[in-house]
Amino acid sequence: MSDAWALIVLGALLTYVTRIIGHVIATRFAVLPPRVEAVLNAVPSAVLTALVAPVVVSGAWPERLGILVALVCALRLPQIATVAIGTAVVIAGRAMGY
Amino acid sequence: MSRQSEFREALRDALPVAIASAPFGMVCGAIAVGAGMTIVQATSYSATVNAGASQLVALQVTSIGGSLASALLALLAVNARMVLYSVIIGRHFGALSLVQKAVAFFLLTDPMFVTVEVRAMTRKVTPTYIFTFGIALYTSWVVCTAIGAKFGQLIEDPRAFALDFILPVFFFAMLMGFRRRPGFYAVAGISAAASIAVYLTLGPPWHITLGAAAGLVHAAITAPSAAARSVMEARDE
Repeated sequence: MSDAWALIVLGALLTYVTRIIGHVIATRFAVLPPRVEAVLNAVPSAVLTALVAPVVVSGAWPERLGILVALVCALRLPQIATVAIGTAVVIAGRAMGY
Repeated sequence: MSRQSEFREALRDALPVAIASAPFGMVCGAIAVGAGMTIVQATSYSATVNAGASQLVALQVTSIGGSLASALLALLAVNARMVLYSVIIGRHFGALSLVQKAVAFFLLTDPMFVTVEVRAMTRKVTPTYIFTFGIALYTSWVVCTAIGAKFGQLIEDPRAFALDFILPVFFFAMLMGFRRRPGFYAVAGISAAASIAVYLTLGPPWHITLGAAAGLVHAAITAPSAAARSVMEARDE
């Protein structure tokens, strides 16, 4: 790849900017308006959902079943157990040829 | 709490994350080499960018013939969420010096954001905890990328071991940890619908930023009414 180093250096710089700029801007406000507070409280739910949701359409039945099983597990079990069981479902589903 | 117990708790919390993201790091290294990077470049890529999903997306763009600029744009689209992370996590960095802050923000990733945010609900997050957790994950990430870059071509069928599914299901498990926040199911439902719609139309990587934006717009619109409701309730009492 000819411009690999350019991708590495520029990608690193841009990513670092995304990591600090929100904080740099936010510190200019003494108190955040309640609407902004509400948005920030919703960030983990919104972003993590947006990251994961396409699995339902990009994957086949093992992935869909895996996420469904993980949903049930997550209500009762610790994170790592949820991950292990969900992944096991997908491995089994793929081994069966789905 | 003593510095030693903070250190232990940070390692205890980092371990499951390191295990779940290890296959992803190896896949990242293997794909980078597959896309034409050397082992040193693939490892440097993870060591400097330190954001796996965006690294893969940028590689994907270049491997289908996209320009450097379009690869960087795709990388930005995936990492835009970190602008919001930095606003939130920055509030828990009060005890850090300027240099420490600069390093801590470099270590900021999805699991770091979620873990610190969850911990901050019940106690103060100390610099020892932040750096132990962050550096442990970072080290594991870079080492796993290097291993994947060197040996990744040896794994014949990563799909059979569902390596591509571990990270999504891990993010999903983290997501469910927030289910008691007010409005969780509405925000998650709207983000999911928007993310899937964008994924099927515009295509990746835009589903991440636009899908999240839809849920956040909902939170912004419903926020004042929730505040007004609590005022009304207070008045009723």
